[in-house]
Amino acid sequence: MNVIIDNSDLFLTGFKNTGILFAISAFFALILGTVVAGMRVSPAPAMRAAGTFYVNVVRNTPLTLILAFFALGYPKLDLPEISFMNAAIIGLSLYTATYVSEAIRSGINTVSVGQSEAARAIGLPFMQTLTLIVLPQAFRSVVPPLFSVFIALLKNTTVAAGFSVLEAGAIRAYLSERGEPLLPGLLWVALIFVVLVLGILTPLQRYLEKKWRVAR
Amino acid sequence: MSSVLFDVPGPKARTRNSYLNIATVIVVVGIIAFILFRFYESGQFTAKKWEIFTFPRVQEQFLNAIGATLVAFAWAAVGSLVLGIVLAFGRLADSSWVRLPAYWFTELFRAIPVLILMMIMYYGLPSAGVKGITPFIAVVVGLILYNGSVLAEVFRAGIESLPKGQREAGLAVGLSKGQVQWIILLPQAVRSMLPVIISQLVVILKDTALGFLITYNEVLYYANFLGSQGQYGSPVVPALMVTAVVYVGLCLILSGIAKLVESKMSSRVRVVKTKVGMAG
Repeated sequence: MNVIIDNSDLFLTGFKNTGILFAISAFFALILGTVVAGMRVSPAPAMRAAGTFYVNVVRNTPLTLILAFFALGYPKLDLPEISFMNAAIIGLSLYTATYVSEAIRSGINTVSVGQSEAARAIGLPFMQTLTLIVLPQAFRSVVPPLFSVFIALLKNTTVAAGFSVLEAGAIRAYLSERGEPLLPGLLWVALIFVVLVLGILTPLQRYLEKKWRVAR
Repeated sequence: MSSVLFDVPGPKARTRNSYLNIATVIVVVGIIAFILFRFYESGQFTAKKWEIFTFPRVQEQFLNAIGATLVAFAWAAVGSLVLGIVLAFGRLADSSWVRLPAYWFTELFRAIPVLILMMIMYYGLPSAGVKGITPFIAVVVGLILYNGSVLAEVFRAGIESLPKGQREAGLAVGLSKGQVQWIILLPQAVRSMLPVIISQLVVILKDTALGFLITYNEVLYYANFLGSQGQYGSPVVPALMVTAVVYVGLCLILSGIAKLVESKMSSRVRVVKTKVGMAG
């Protein structure tokens, strides 16, 4: 118990940064993922191919490697400098977007054919069929898998600790610098994650799932 | 599947699609060209930065590092499958003394980040007096605890999605409960859940890269070591490029094998399905 009280500053900053990483990456991943999902179902073959290529390459690359590229490789490219925090946000967004796009794409497939046929029958073009008719319904049925993706994102933020971002995963390194006992400190970190995932995100997932359930 | 959203294109749509195709190609080529140009401009393609990969010793150690990744993956994959089956049976047990602990175990270890599990193993336990934890053990055990719990849910969902009659028929011909689970339910659950199981194996393979952060000497760790060699121009970007190719290659091979197995298995299932269809 003492570890967390004595080092409350560390735990607070750590989990605050985890929250920031999570929120911003989730936002960008949702946007990018929706765009990529749209590309993957578009009528233009080149768009489908580009979307598929992106998803297949990024999904088969470890997140650690992606973050390593933005934290260690990117500074060597003589481009405008970015902070380690922003590097982690870019990496996490690019990585998570592929999972978001897969979740949304599977959601698009659950929308019945009649919906888009009806939309076409009243003369809506592809973009309007997608954004007005199909996606709003797809998002609803996609809530459970999308939440799983975001829960994974929350846990994945810890990887950024390896690349100079002071967040929950990095608390261990600071504790050992201060000469604090490591095992209790790490167990506290684990416990907070359990509370965040099982106590907040999972109930929220169940609630939204119930609220937005579509009768088919 | 994607044709759900649009009709067979007419002349107007075909023209529009070809414009879209051209625009996409231009954008994609533009992005790739920009990246390659930045790599070129900052000297990532100079011979000096790639020289280090020509040394036989470096190549040998790189292969060793790939071996270390594969060994960790193999142990973790087998361990996760075993733990997954055990936990799935635990969650389906009749006695709540078995069911509840199995439930909490899976919930708990799915909620803790794998990296934190590895850190608890590698940094936490030794500080509490446990000896003999190598980075390898920490990586493998961390991966098994997490992925075993995920796979337990997969197996359980697979078994529960089977028609009730399967279990009842098994019991009716006199098999014990354990036999029904092993011989009747599990094989069918594995078959129907194969795509999910495989994608979880790909996750295990990718997550071995977390070993980099707790000093397990795998591909990424070695690539980072190569990248820090100042006398060869610190080839961080070339080393990471090679590593990316290795990982994407390994994962694609794994998915390829999976597709092969899946198509073989599903061809056998399809026969059953058509029979059912005709009966209905």
